[in-house]
Amino acid sequence: MATSKTTTAKATTAERTASRTAARTASDRAASARLDVPKTYKLFIGGAFPRSESGRVTEVTDAKGRFVANVAKASRKDAREAVRAARKAHPGWAGATAYNRGQVLYRVAEVLEGRKAQFVDELVRTEGLTAARAAKQVEAAIDLWVWHAGWTDKIAAIAGNANAVAGPYFNISVPEPTGVVAIIAPQTDGLLGLTSVVAPALVTGNSVVVVPGSAQLSAISLAEVLATSDLPGGVVNVLTGDAAELAPWLASHADVNALDLTGAGELDWITLEQSAADTLKRVLRPEPGIAPETPQRILALTETKTIWHTKSRL
Amino acid sequence: MTFLDYAPAPESTSILGLRDEYGLFIDGEWRPGGGTSFASVSPSTERQIAMFAAADEGDVDAAVAAARKAYRTVWGPMSGRDRGKYLFRIARILQERARELAVAESLDNGKPIKETRDADVPLVAQWFFHCAGWADKLDWVGLGAGPQAHGVAAQIIPWNFPLLMLSWKIAPALAAGNTVVLKPAETTPLTAMLFADICQQAGLPAGVVNLITGAGETGSALVRHPDVDKVAFTGSTAVGREIAKALAGTSKKLTLELGGKGANIVFDDAPLDQAIEGIVNGIFFNQGQVCCAGSRLLVQENIHDAVMDRLKERMATLRLGDPLDKNTDVGAINSTAQLERITRLVDAGIAEGGEAWSAPCELPKEGYWFAPTVVTGVEASSTIAREEIFGPVLSVLTFRTPDEAIAKANNTPYGLSAGIWSDKGSRVLAVADKLRAGVVWTNTFNKFDPASPFGGYKESGYGREGGRQGMQAYLKGGK
Amino acid sequence: MTSPRPASASQALAPAERAVQLLGGDLSEVALRQHLEGLPTVDAVGLEARAASFGTRSIKTTSKAAALDTVIRMIDLTTLQGSDTRGKVRSLVAKALVPDASDPSTPRPAAVCVYGDMVGNAVEALGSAWSAGKDDGINVAAVATAFPSGRASIGVKLQDTRDAVAAGADEIDMVIDRGAFLEGNYGKVFDEIVQTKDACRRDDGTYAHLKVILETGELVTYDNVRRASWLSILAGGDFIKTSTGKVQPAATLPVTTLMLQVVRDWERLTGERIGVKPAGGISTSKDAIKYLVAVAETCGEAWLDPHLFRFGASSLLNDVLLQRQKLTTGRYSGPDYVTID
Repeated sequence: MATSKTTTAKATTAERTASRTAARTASDRAASARLDVPKTYKLFIGGAFPRSESGRVTEVTDAKGRFVANVAKASRKDAREAVRAARKAHPGWAGATAYNRGQVLYRVAEVLEGRKAQFVDELVRTEGLTAARAAKQVEAAIDLWVWHAGWTDKIAAIAGNANAVAGPYFNISVPEPTGVVAIIAPQTDGLLGLTSVVAPALVTGNSVVVVPGSAQLSAISLAEVLATSDLPGGVVNVLTGDAAELAPWLASHADVNALDLTGAGELDWITLEQSAADTLKRVLRPEPGIAPETPQRILALTETKTIWHTKSRL
Repeated sequence: MTFLDYAPAPESTSILGLRDEYGLFIDGEWRPGGGTSFASVSPSTERQIAMFAAADEGDVDAAVAAARKAYRTVWGPMSGRDRGKYLFRIARILQERARELAVAESLDNGKPIKETRDADVPLVAQWFFHCAGWADKLDWVGLGAGPQAHGVAAQIIPWNFPLLMLSWKIAPALAAGNTVVLKPAETTPLTAMLFADICQQAGLPAGVVNLITGAGETGSALVRHPDVDKVAFTGSTAVGREIAKALAGTSKKLTLELGGKGANIVFDDAPLDQAIEGIVNGIFFNQGQVCCAGSRLLVQENIHDAVMDRLKERMATLRLGDPLDKNTDVGAINSTAQLERITRLVDAGIAEGGEAWSAPCELPKEGYWFAPTVVTGVEASSTIAREEIFGPVLSVLTFRTPDEAIAKANNTPYGLSAGIWSDKGSRVLAVADKLRAGVVWTNTFNKFDPASPFGGYKESGYGREGGRQGMQAYLKGGK
Repeated sequence: MTSPRPASASQALAPAERAVQLLGGDLSEVALRQHLEGLPTVDAVGLEARAASFGTRSIKTTSKAAALDTVIRMIDLTTLQGSDTRGKVRSLVAKALVPDASDPSTPRPAAVCVYGDMVGNAVEALGSAWSAGKDDGINVAAVATAFPSGRASIGVKLQDTRDAVAAGADEIDMVIDRGAFLEGNYGKVFDEIVQTKDACRRDDGTYAHLKVILETGELVTYDNVRRASWLSILAGGDFIKTSTGKVQPAATLPVTTLMLQVVRDWERLTGERIGVKPAGGISTSKDAIKYLVAVAETCGEAWLDPHLFRFGASSLLNDVLLQRQKLTTGRYSGPDYVTID
């Protein structure tokens, strides 16, 4: 492969030295014959893109079985690193102002919009969608990011409350992020499915370790969008690989606060839920579960904190 | 030159590409006004910035008709999601053009660039960003599912925070699905004209936002126009009262954000250095031309002298001068009329036995200026303890007990804002409970956020801007 | 609430002139504690907002030129490494003597700051430029009292101080016992400062200047910083200093602003002026100028004097020199155009 690349480069150089007309013809020819530079699909942990420590990959093919990419296949140790990164990033993200979080999520939508073609292409190649349907899905995903961006500074206004307690006390309840959320993303709807579980977790300030469904390429490309959208490193960590292999490690990890099993319908999710019960993780059950694009989906990953304070003029 | 005589650091006006004349922005287009055009001058130099059209009744008619048409054909039927996207676009363009807007605002209003740059304009963008998010979430503002816009909103804003008040009006109205006709104050129309340009850059459909300039008659014609569904006014209590009377018996919805005489209450356990900063910020921010200013300082008697000494020392470090200089703390008074009002009221205060002390600062020869001033020995019955001065003048009263502080704070027809300075949370919350004011700040002052409702009790108006309550003001319950 | 040290509550403390004047002759742990705990509290949000406002001042042209030279004159050029050698100290001194060879008008820093055992080398290297306790020259400052942790017996701490003074140190930068402070054992902290001050006494009856390092990064809260500042002044400190530079966070603008408010209050109360020294983490001209603004707007311009304000820094000097060259030439300079020490 390296040899063929070198050969092409030499040919191109030679062509550039030819006459103007000839060069144009040659470059036209080169354009159609140009070898593209394929992307290496790695994991996304702590804001960086490492390969799996296990050195394993999964071959992704198109609808006709042709090779598309070797996607990194995460191991339990990668999952451990991802949880560590998510925990480290959590206080900063949760402590950012809601306005700031909203702007970051909106920035995700902006950057995603600019790379729409890439996502459409990936969905067409690996999910077998028509270009039109893929475009529709990507657009729906972008809009879903925008929808969530608008919630960051409003969710407390609809889910928090002042409580009229019977005594000389000031008393309010506020929703707060539950912490590190491990997510088994939906197996369908690629980018949209992934967005529908990751974005609601981020609204209130959770950090996320997500195992994407079938849209593994979209997941890593989304990670590239997140990495360039002012989202602090480690807030979202993406583990491409085998959900059945990774889910038990995430479900039993003591430093994970919530387990979103939306995409785990095909797995032994009851065992996962039992395992999560060891540390009393909040568990969201597989689809249909809580509908996406509802405040309930956001609030499912929050804790309510109630604060009492005395009131006396004296 | 000593260190504190910071060398001039003026913000350049070259960022502005101003026209000599601005028309009315109606139905997405600029058009001349039927009235006599007027000039806006820079309060710090008295130099003319540009000429502005005056809208007459025919123009008001055209603006309301454009808003009605846009409401019926475009904005009303549009999905909340798409309305939100337009507002997000506007928020982003506001952020992109922030410096230009800050310079324009300082030039036109006379307020320091550090305030327009660090407070006004960032809040403007935040307001649009926040309301953008509401546009497709109206089911959750608290009116039940499917709330409806009123239709055409007529909005009149004051000169003290021209662009910020525009954002408080336009952003929630548009998010809720209304179209608007807005009239900026006649002494500060400039940034509204720049906002028209921003609407165009955002591709906002014609007629959704209509901006008409003019004086009181224009505003009067606008709020009385029969095809207006909702009126939102920020300004003086006197004008607010007139509008309320004019709308009595009509189907028009009304929200009013009017004057204030905010009490800033300092208890003896306050974090003193921060309290001094808060007092200064409370009354000298924007030259005190703030409806929610902490214009009455209520200080516990046993720390009165200590607070006054420190306050005066701090006031002496305030830098008054060119609003476009990045080191200016106190800018120009907005107009000669306002300057006369301030002067008259302070004179009255002194005549009634108050003792005035002004920060030692040289007032520029041109422009409208008033040195930061504190008047001590003020009684609850004094003119300057009752009337809104709307200038950099602090009236100081004392109290002995929390109950006395509450009684004095509430002893006013106004009820917009109050401040409490104390390290004791229990007392703070109890005093806050008893204050008849729409906003109570503790150990801070003059803080604003689109997620937080703002508005007054009593003669400070009704309705709230910001938060769910702010959205509710532009909606009616679903069918 | 019980006192952590009931036995010592009535124990008399070492005499310190300021404390006696303010709190009376029978100075006790209880009196000291009540005094410190009665100081006004600090609202962190407000303090940080005030500090941030200093950073928005725009210091340009002539003001900037004057500010840069003022910064240089206030620097305690510092090396405090386990790996310090005589050669390193000579090199540091050489840099202090000639900060910028391309511009002889460049002022010199106030002092060089070294470990106690390097004082003799610094004095020797300075030669005739050494101030030797007078006002015209470069001072030698020594860290002492088991710097940076302060975890040693009082005897060791005092001997550390005496040795440095004997070797010629003009200034002693001592550390307080943060452990004792956090335990609420204010008396111990107080006594150690008083004794260290005593150990600063030279044979001729004069004293080396005493800077008291609070290590604000370990005291953490602003209320603690205010109390420790006040305590250090009561006990006889000539300067209060933020940090050793070995603990993060070191100097911050809010903490320094708070300490400036304390010395301003002390002057209001007694007429006496105490110095403030932020140390550690101030490495750019831009940052240093924010501190000057904080000084001038909190305490007044009288404090813009090396006798009342210092920067404990090492890399700051070269950044100031780069900015100085920019003002002179109109071009941005580069690190190859200033000398390393």
